[in-house]
Amino acid sequence: MDAVAHLRNQLVDYTASLFQEGFLDDQFTQLQQLQDESNPDFVVEVVTLFFEDAERLLNELAKELGQASIDFKRVDAHVHQLKGSSSSIGAQRVQKVCIAFRGYCEEQNVEGCLKSLQQVKEEYWLVKNKLETLFKMKQQLLAAGGSVPM
Amino acid sequence: MEVCDLLPPDSEEVHVLAVDDSLVDRKVIERLLRISACKVTAVDSGIRALQFLGLDNQKSPSESDGFDGLKVDLIITDYCMPGMTGYELLKKIKESSTFKEIPVVIMSSENVLPRIDRCLEEGAEDFIVKPVKLSDVKRLRDYMTTREVKAGSQEREGGVRFTKRKLTEPADLDSSPPSVTSSSVLSSSPSSPLDSASPTPSPSVSPPPSPSPLDSPVTRLRMTTTTSAD
Repeated sequence: MDAVAHLRNQLVDYTASLFQEGFLDDQFTQLQQLQDESNPDFVVEVVTLFFEDAERLLNELAKELGQASIDFKRVDAHVHQLKGSSSSIGAQRVQKVCIAFRGYCEEQNVEGCLKSLQQVKEEYWLVKNKLETLFKMKQQLLAAGGSVPM
Repeated sequence: MEVCDLLPPDSEEVHVLAVDDSLVDRKVIERLLRISACKVTAVDSGIRALQFLGLDNQKSPSESDGFDGLKVDLIITDYCMPGMTGYELLKKIKESSTFKEIPVVIMSSENVLPRIDRCLEEGAEDFIVKPVKLSDVKRLRDYMTTREVKAGSQEREGGVRFTKRKLTEPADLDSSPPSVTSSSVLSSSPSSPLDSASPTPSPSVSPPPSPSPLDSPVTRLRMTTTTSAD
Protein backbone atom coordinates (compact mmCIF):
# COMPACT_ATOMS: atom_id res chain seq x y z
CA MET A 1 0.00 0.00 0.00
CA ASP A 2 1.48 3.32 -0.96
CA ALA A 3 1.98 6.17 1.46
CA VAL A 4 -0.94 8.24 0.25
CA ALA A 5 -3.40 5.37 0.49
CA HIS A 6 -2.11 4.59 3.94
CA LEU A 7 -2.52 8.15 5.13
CA ARG A 8 -5.93 8.33 3.61
CA ASN A 9 -7.07 5.16 5.36
CA GLN A 10 -5.66 6.43 8.60
CA LEU A 11 -7.61 9.64 8.26
CA VAL A 12 -10.84 7.87 7.38
CA ASP A 13 -10.49 5.45 10.27
CA TYR A 14 -9.58 8.12 12.75
CA THR A 15 -12.46 10.31 11.71
CA ALA A 16 -14.86 7.39 12.01
CA SER A 17 -13.61 6.61 15.50
CA LEU A 18 -14.24 10.15 16.66
CA PHE A 19 -17.85 9.83 15.62
CA GLN A 20 -18.20 6.36 17.04
CA GLU A 21 -16.81 7.42 20.38
CA GLY A 22 -19.16 10.37 20.51
CA PHE A 23 -16.53 13.06 20.40
CA LEU A 24 -18.09 14.48 17.28
CA ASP A 25 -21.63 14.48 16.00
CA ASP A 26 -23.46 15.32 12.81
CA GLN A 27 -22.89 19.05 13.20
CA PHE A 28 -19.19 18.48 12.51
CA THR A 29 -20.15 16.80 9.27
CA GLN A 30 -22.29 19.84 8.45
CA LEU A 31 -19.22 22.03 8.86
CA GLN A 32 -17.17 19.79 6.62
CA GLN A 33 -19.82 20.18 3.95
CA LEU A 34 -19.43 23.93 4.12
CA GLN A 35 -15.79 23.64 3.15
CA ASP A 36 -14.79 23.87 -0.48
CA GLU A 37 -12.09 25.24 -2.75
CA SER A 38 -13.19 28.78 -2.03
CA ASN A 39 -13.08 28.13 1.71
CA PRO A 40 -10.57 25.31 2.13
CA ASP A 41 -9.81 26.03 5.78
CA PHE A 42 -13.28 26.67 7.01
CA VAL A 43 -13.41 23.80 9.49
CA VAL A 44 -10.03 24.60 10.97
CA GLU A 45 -11.01 28.25 11.28
CA VAL A 46 -14.26 27.57 13.08
CA VAL A 47 -12.73 24.96 15.34
CA THR A 48 -9.91 27.36 16.20
CA LEU A 49 -12.47 29.97 17.19
CA PHE A 50 -14.11 27.34 19.33
CA PHE A 51 -10.82 26.52 21.05
CA GLU A 52 -10.24 30.18 21.85
CA ASP A 53 -13.77 30.69 23.04
CA ALA A 54 -13.79 27.53 25.14
CA GLU A 55 -10.50 28.28 26.85
CA ARG A 56 -11.64 31.76 27.70
CA LEU A 57 -14.85 30.36 29.16
CA LEU A 58 -13.07 27.64 31.12
CA ASN A 59 -10.87 30.29 32.68
CA GLU A 60 -13.88 32.38 33.58
CA LEU A 61 -15.59 29.35 35.06
CA ALA A 62 -12.59 28.49 37.19
CA LYS A 63 -12.51 32.05 38.40
CA GLU A 64 -16.21 32.21 39.20
CA LEU A 65 -16.23 28.89 40.99
CA GLY A 66 -13.22 29.93 43.00
CA GLN A 67 -15.09 32.84 44.55
CA ALA A 68 -16.08 32.71 48.19
CA SER A 69 -19.63 33.47 47.19
CA ILE A 70 -20.45 31.89 43.85
CA ASP A 71 -22.66 33.74 41.42
CA PHE A 72 -24.47 30.81 39.85
CA LYS A 73 -26.14 33.00 37.29
CA ARG A 74 -22.80 34.05 35.93
CA VAL A 75 -21.54 30.48 36.02
CA ASP A 76 -24.62 29.36 34.13
CA ALA A 77 -24.20 32.10 31.55
CA HIS A 78 -20.67 30.92 30.78
CA VAL A 79 -21.73 27.28 30.62
CA HIS A 80 -24.59 28.24 28.33
CA GLN A 81 -22.11 29.87 25.96
CA LEU A 82 -19.81 26.89 26.06
CA LYS A 83 -22.70 24.56 25.42
CA GLY A 84 -23.70 26.67 22.45
CA SER A 85 -20.34 26.82 20.78
CA SER A 86 -19.53 23.17 21.37
CA SER A 87 -22.89 22.28 19.87
CA SER A 88 -22.19 24.47 16.86
CA ILE A 89 -19.04 22.58 15.98
CA GLY A 90 -20.36 19.16 16.90
CA ALA A 91 -18.27 18.62 20.04
CA GLN A 92 -20.90 16.35 21.47
CA ARG A 93 -19.25 15.17 24.66
CA VAL A 94 -18.39 18.68 25.71
CA GLN A 95 -21.95 19.72 25.02
CA LYS A 96 -23.33 16.87 27.10
CA VAL A 97 -21.27 17.77 30.14
CA CYS A 98 -22.43 21.37 29.77
CA ILE A 99 -26.02 20.25 29.94
CA ALA A 100 -25.39 18.46 33.22
CA PHE A 101 -23.36 21.43 34.42
CA ARG A 102 -26.29 23.76 33.87
CA GLY A 103 -28.43 21.47 35.96
CA TYR A 104 -26.04 21.89 38.87
CA CYS A 105 -26.06 25.64 38.41
CA GLU A 106 -29.80 25.65 38.65
CA GLU A 107 -29.64 23.65 41.86
CA GLN A 108 -26.88 25.93 43.10
CA ASN A 109 -24.95 22.75 43.79
CA VAL A 110 -21.33 23.75 44.37
CA GLU A 111 -19.93 20.25 44.38
CA GLY A 112 -21.81 19.35 41.26
CA CYS A 113 -20.51 22.46 39.55
CA LEU A 114 -16.92 21.78 40.55
CA LYS A 115 -17.20 18.21 39.36
CA SER A 116 -18.71 19.39 36.09
CA LEU A 117 -15.99 21.91 35.57
CA GLN A 118 -13.44 19.15 35.96
CA GLN A 119 -15.30 16.96 33.51
CA VAL A 120 -15.82 19.66 30.94
CA LYS A 121 -12.14 20.54 31.08
CA GLU A 122 -11.24 16.90 30.48
CA GLU A 123 -13.65 16.53 27.61
CA TYR A 124 -12.50 19.77 26.10
CA TRP A 125 -8.82 18.80 26.14
CA LEU A 126 -9.67 15.38 24.76
CA VAL A 127 -11.61 16.75 21.82
CA LYS A 128 -9.02 19.44 21.24
CA ASN A 129 -6.27 16.86 21.02
CA LYS A 130 -8.29 14.69 18.74
CA LEU A 131 -9.23 17.50 16.41
CA GLU A 132 -5.64 18.70 16.23
CA THR A 133 -4.57 15.17 15.40
CA LEU A 134 -7.25 15.02 12.74
CA PHE A 135 -6.10 18.25 11.15
CA LYS A 136 -2.50 17.13 11.22
CA MET A 137 -3.40 13.88 9.48
CA LYS A 138 -5.25 15.83 6.84
CA GLN A 139 -2.26 18.09 6.31
CA GLN A 140 0.07 15.11 5.99
CA LEU A 141 -2.24 13.56 3.44
CA LEU A 142 -2.41 16.74 1.42
CA ALA A 143 1.35 17.21 1.64
CA ALA A 144 1.85 13.70 0.33
CA GLY A 145 -0.29 14.61 -2.66
CA GLY A 146 -3.44 12.89 -1.55
CA SER A 147 -6.98 14.19 -1.55
CA VAL A 148 -9.12 14.45 1.52
CA PRO A 149 -12.13 12.16 1.60
CA MET A 150 -15.44 13.95 2.14
CA MET B 1 -38.00 44.81 -15.88
CA GLU B 2 -35.17 46.37 -17.81
CA VAL B 3 -33.88 47.93 -14.66
CA CYS B 4 -33.48 44.49 -13.21
CA ASP B 5 -31.49 43.35 -16.21
CA LEU B 6 -29.21 46.30 -15.88
CA LEU B 7 -28.54 45.71 -12.21
CA PRO B 8 -25.20 44.05 -11.51
CA PRO B 9 -25.60 40.50 -10.20
CA ASP B 10 -24.57 41.68 -6.74
CA SER B 11 -27.66 43.72 -6.08
CA GLU B 12 -29.87 40.76 -6.82
CA GLU B 13 -28.28 38.90 -3.97
CA VAL B 14 -30.31 38.62 -0.85
CA HIS B 15 -28.83 40.55 2.03
CA VAL B 16 -29.13 39.03 5.45
CA LEU B 17 -28.39 40.72 8.73
CA ALA B 18 -27.23 38.07 11.19
CA VAL B 19 -27.16 38.83 14.90
CA ASP B 20 -25.39 36.58 17.40
CA ASP B 21 -23.15 37.26 20.36
CA SER B 22 -21.22 34.03 19.81
CA LEU B 23 -18.23 34.38 17.51
CA VAL B 24 -18.32 30.70 16.61
CA ASP B 25 -21.99 30.89 15.67
CA ARG B 26 -21.49 34.07 13.67
CA LYS B 27 -18.81 32.39 11.65
CA VAL B 28 -21.00 29.38 10.98
CA ILE B 29 -24.14 31.33 10.10
CA GLU B 30 -22.13 33.61 7.85
CA ARG B 31 -20.79 30.65 5.93
CA LEU B 32 -24.16 28.96 5.76
CA LEU B 33 -25.69 32.09 4.30
CA ARG B 34 -22.86 32.84 1.89
CA ILE B 35 -22.89 29.31 0.57
CA SER B 36 -26.60 29.87 -0.02
CA ALA B 37 -25.81 32.88 -2.22
CA CYS B 38 -26.62 35.55 0.32
CA LYS B 39 -24.78 38.69 1.24
CA VAL B 40 -24.22 38.73 4.96
CA THR B 41 -23.67 41.38 7.56
CA ALA B 42 -22.98 39.80 10.92
CA VAL B 43 -23.18 41.79 14.14
CA ASP B 44 -22.70 40.74 17.71
CA SER B 45 -25.63 42.38 19.44
CA GLY B 46 -29.13 43.69 19.07
CA ILE B 47 -27.90 47.21 19.65
CA ARG B 48 -25.49 46.90 16.76
CA ALA B 49 -28.24 45.49 14.61
CA LEU B 50 -30.39 48.53 15.33
CA GLN B 51 -27.44 50.79 14.65
CA PHE B 52 -26.89 49.11 11.32
CA LEU B 53 -30.52 49.57 10.42
CA GLY B 54 -30.42 53.15 11.59
CA LEU B 55 -33.12 52.50 14.12
CA ASP B 56 -31.23 53.47 17.21
CA ASN B 57 -31.26 57.18 16.57
CA GLN B 58 -34.73 57.15 15.14
CA LYS B 59 -33.45 58.34 11.80
CA SER B 60 -35.96 59.70 9.36
CA PRO B 61 -37.84 57.12 7.33
CA SER B 62 -36.18 58.11 4.09
CA GLU B 63 -32.83 56.99 5.41
CA SER B 64 -34.01 53.82 6.95
CA ASP B 65 -34.75 51.82 3.86
CA GLY B 66 -31.21 50.57 4.02
CA PHE B 67 -28.46 52.91 2.95
CA ASP B 68 -27.32 52.84 -0.65
CA GLY B 69 -28.12 49.32 -1.61
CA LEU B 70 -27.43 47.85 1.80
CA LYS B 71 -31.06 46.88 2.02
CA VAL B 72 -31.76 44.11 4.43
CA ASP B 73 -33.96 41.34 3.15
CA LEU B 74 -33.92 39.12 6.19
CA ILE B 75 -32.82 39.36 9.77
CA ILE B 76 -31.72 36.25 11.58
CA THR B 77 -31.02 36.61 15.25
CA ASP B 78 -30.05 34.55 18.25
CA TYR B 79 -32.55 34.62 21.07
CA CYS B 80 -30.27 34.53 24.13
CA MET B 81 -27.97 37.49 24.00
CA PRO B 82 -26.68 39.71 26.76
CA GLY B 83 -28.18 43.18 26.73
CA MET B 84 -30.92 43.07 24.17
CA THR B 85 -32.39 39.63 23.54
CA GLY B 86 -33.44 38.47 20.10
CA TYR B 87 -37.02 38.80 21.20
CA GLU B 88 -36.53 42.44 22.17
CA LEU B 89 -34.82 43.07 18.86
CA LEU B 90 -37.72 41.43 17.06
CA LYS B 91 -40.16 43.70 18.85
CA LYS B 92 -38.19 46.81 17.98
CA ILE B 93 -38.12 45.82 14.33
CA LYS B 94 -41.80 45.04 14.19
CA GLU B 95 -42.59 48.35 15.89
CA SER B 96 -40.74 50.20 13.17
CA SER B 97 -42.95 51.36 10.34
CA THR B 98 -40.06 51.10 7.92
CA PHE B 99 -38.60 47.77 8.95
CA LYS B 100 -41.55 45.77 10.18
CA GLU B 101 -41.91 44.06 6.84
CA ILE B 102 -38.48 42.53 6.97
CA PRO B 103 -38.83 38.86 7.88
CA VAL B 104 -37.15 38.08 11.19
CA VAL B 105 -36.01 34.60 12.07
CA ILE B 106 -35.08 33.62 15.61
CA MET B 107 -32.45 31.03 16.47
CA SER B 108 -32.16 29.39 19.84
CA SER B 109 -30.33 26.46 21.33
CA GLU B 110 -33.34 25.81 23.49
CA ASN B 111 -36.46 24.24 22.18
CA VAL B 112 -38.86 26.04 24.50
CA LEU B 113 -42.38 26.16 23.20
CA PRO B 114 -43.60 29.25 25.07
CA ARG B 115 -40.56 31.02 23.72
CA ILE B 116 -41.28 29.89 20.19
CA ASP B 117 -44.93 30.88 20.49
CA ARG B 118 -44.06 34.25 21.89
CA CYS B 119 -41.69 34.96 19.02
CA LEU B 120 -44.14 33.89 16.37
CA GLU B 121 -46.86 35.96 17.97
CA GLU B 122 -44.59 38.94 17.90
CA GLY B 123 -44.20 38.46 14.17
CA ALA B 124 -41.16 36.26 13.76
CA GLU B 125 -41.15 34.47 10.47
CA ASP B 126 -39.57 31.32 11.73
CA PHE B 127 -37.78 29.79 14.66
CA ILE B 128 -34.70 27.65 14.19
CA VAL B 129 -33.33 25.41 16.90
CA LYS B 130 -29.56 25.50 16.99
CA PRO B 131 -27.19 24.23 15.83
CA VAL B 132 -28.16 25.73 12.50
CA LYS B 133 -27.78 23.44 9.52
CA LEU B 134 -27.63 24.00 5.81
CA SER B 135 -31.13 22.60 5.44
CA ASP B 136 -32.42 25.29 7.82
CA VAL B 137 -30.88 28.05 5.74
CA LYS B 138 -32.12 26.52 2.51
CA ARG B 139 -35.61 26.61 3.93
CA LEU B 140 -35.21 30.30 4.71
CA ARG B 141 -34.56 31.05 1.05
CA ASP B 142 -38.24 30.71 0.48
CA TYR B 143 -38.94 34.03 2.09
CA MET B 144 -35.74 35.81 1.26
CA THR B 145 -35.82 38.00 -1.74
CA THR B 146 -34.47 41.36 -2.69
CA ARG B 147 -36.95 44.13 -3.02
CA GLU B 148 -35.71 44.92 -6.52
CA VAL B 149 -36.22 41.35 -7.53
CA LYS B 150 -39.68 41.30 -6.11
CA ALA B 151 -40.60 44.12 -8.41
CA GLY B 152 -39.00 42.50 -11.42
CA SER B 153 -37.83 39.05 -12.29
CA GLN B 154 -40.37 36.36 -11.82
CA GLU B 155 -38.17 33.36 -12.46
CA ARG B 156 -35.86 34.12 -9.59
CA GLU B 157 -35.76 30.95 -7.56
CA GLY B 158 -35.35 32.87 -4.36
CA GLY B 159 -38.63 34.67 -4.90
CA VAL B 160 -41.11 34.70 -2.13
CA ARG B 161 -43.59 31.96 -2.58
CA PHE B 162 -44.41 31.05 0.93
CA THR B 163 -46.72 28.30 -0.16
CA LYS B 164 -43.60 26.58 -1.41
CA ARG B 165 -42.17 26.83 2.04
CA LYS B 166 -44.83 24.46 3.27
CA LEU B 167 -43.89 22.03 0.53
CA THR B 168 -40.48 21.88 2.07
CA GLU B 169 -37.55 19.84 0.86
CA PRO B 170 -37.20 16.30 2.13
CA ALA B 171 -34.12 17.42 4.01
CA ASP B 172 -36.31 19.47 6.23
CA LEU B 173 -38.35 16.47 7.24
CA ASP B 174 -35.17 14.55 7.93
CA SER B 175 -33.95 17.00 10.47
CA SER B 176 -33.30 15.55 13.89
CA PRO B 177 -36.40 15.01 16.00
CA PRO B 178 -35.81 17.49 18.78
CA SER B 179 -35.72 20.51 16.54
CA VAL B 180 -38.96 22.26 15.94
CA THR B 181 -38.84 22.84 12.23
CA SER B 182 -40.75 25.74 10.86
CA SER B 183 -42.98 23.50 8.85
CA SER B 184 -44.16 21.74 11.94
CA VAL B 185 -44.71 25.00 13.76
CA LEU B 186 -46.35 26.83 10.91
CA SER B 187 -48.25 23.79 9.84
CA SER B 188 -50.52 24.33 12.76
CA SER B 189 -51.96 27.12 10.70
CA PRO B 190 -55.07 25.87 9.02
CA SER B 191 -54.00 26.43 5.46
CA SER B 192 -51.09 24.00 5.37
CA PRO B 193 -51.77 20.79 3.49
CA LEU B 194 -48.77 19.19 5.10
CA ASP B 195 -50.10 19.00 8.60
CA SER B 196 -50.60 15.30 8.52
CA ALA B 197 -47.59 14.69 6.36
CA SER B 198 -45.02 15.95 8.79
CA PRO B 199 -43.30 12.94 10.31
CA THR B 200 -41.54 15.04 12.89
CA PRO B 201 -44.02 14.99 15.73
CA SER B 202 -44.65 18.53 16.79
CA PRO B 203 -44.04 18.40 20.50
CA SER B 204 -47.46 19.55 21.57
CA VAL B 205 -47.45 22.63 19.41
CA SER B 206 -51.05 23.38 20.08
CA PRO B 207 -52.88 25.35 17.46
CA PRO B 208 -52.97 28.98 18.50
CA PRO B 209 -56.09 30.13 20.29
CA SER B 210 -56.93 32.21 17.27
CA PRO B 211 -55.40 31.76 13.85
CA SER B 212 -54.30 35.37 13.54
CA PRO B 213 -51.04 35.28 15.57
CA LEU B 214 -49.55 32.59 13.38
CA ASP B 215 -51.15 33.88 10.25
CA SER B 216 -49.93 37.41 10.71
CA PRO B 217 -46.31 36.89 9.67
CA VAL B 218 -47.53 34.99 6.65
CA THR B 219 -50.15 37.60 5.91
CA ARG B 220 -47.65 40.36 6.33
CA LEU B 221 -45.38 38.58 3.91
CA ARG B 222 -48.21 38.15 1.49
CA MET B 223 -48.72 41.88 1.50
CA THR B 224 -45.14 42.53 0.62
CA THR B 225 -45.24 40.36 -2.43
CA THR B 226 -48.13 41.99 -4.18
CA THR B 227 -45.91 42.87 -7.09
CA SER B 228 -44.49 39.44 -7.73
CA ALA B 229 -46.51 37.69 -10.32
CA ASP B 230 -45.81 34.01 -10.07
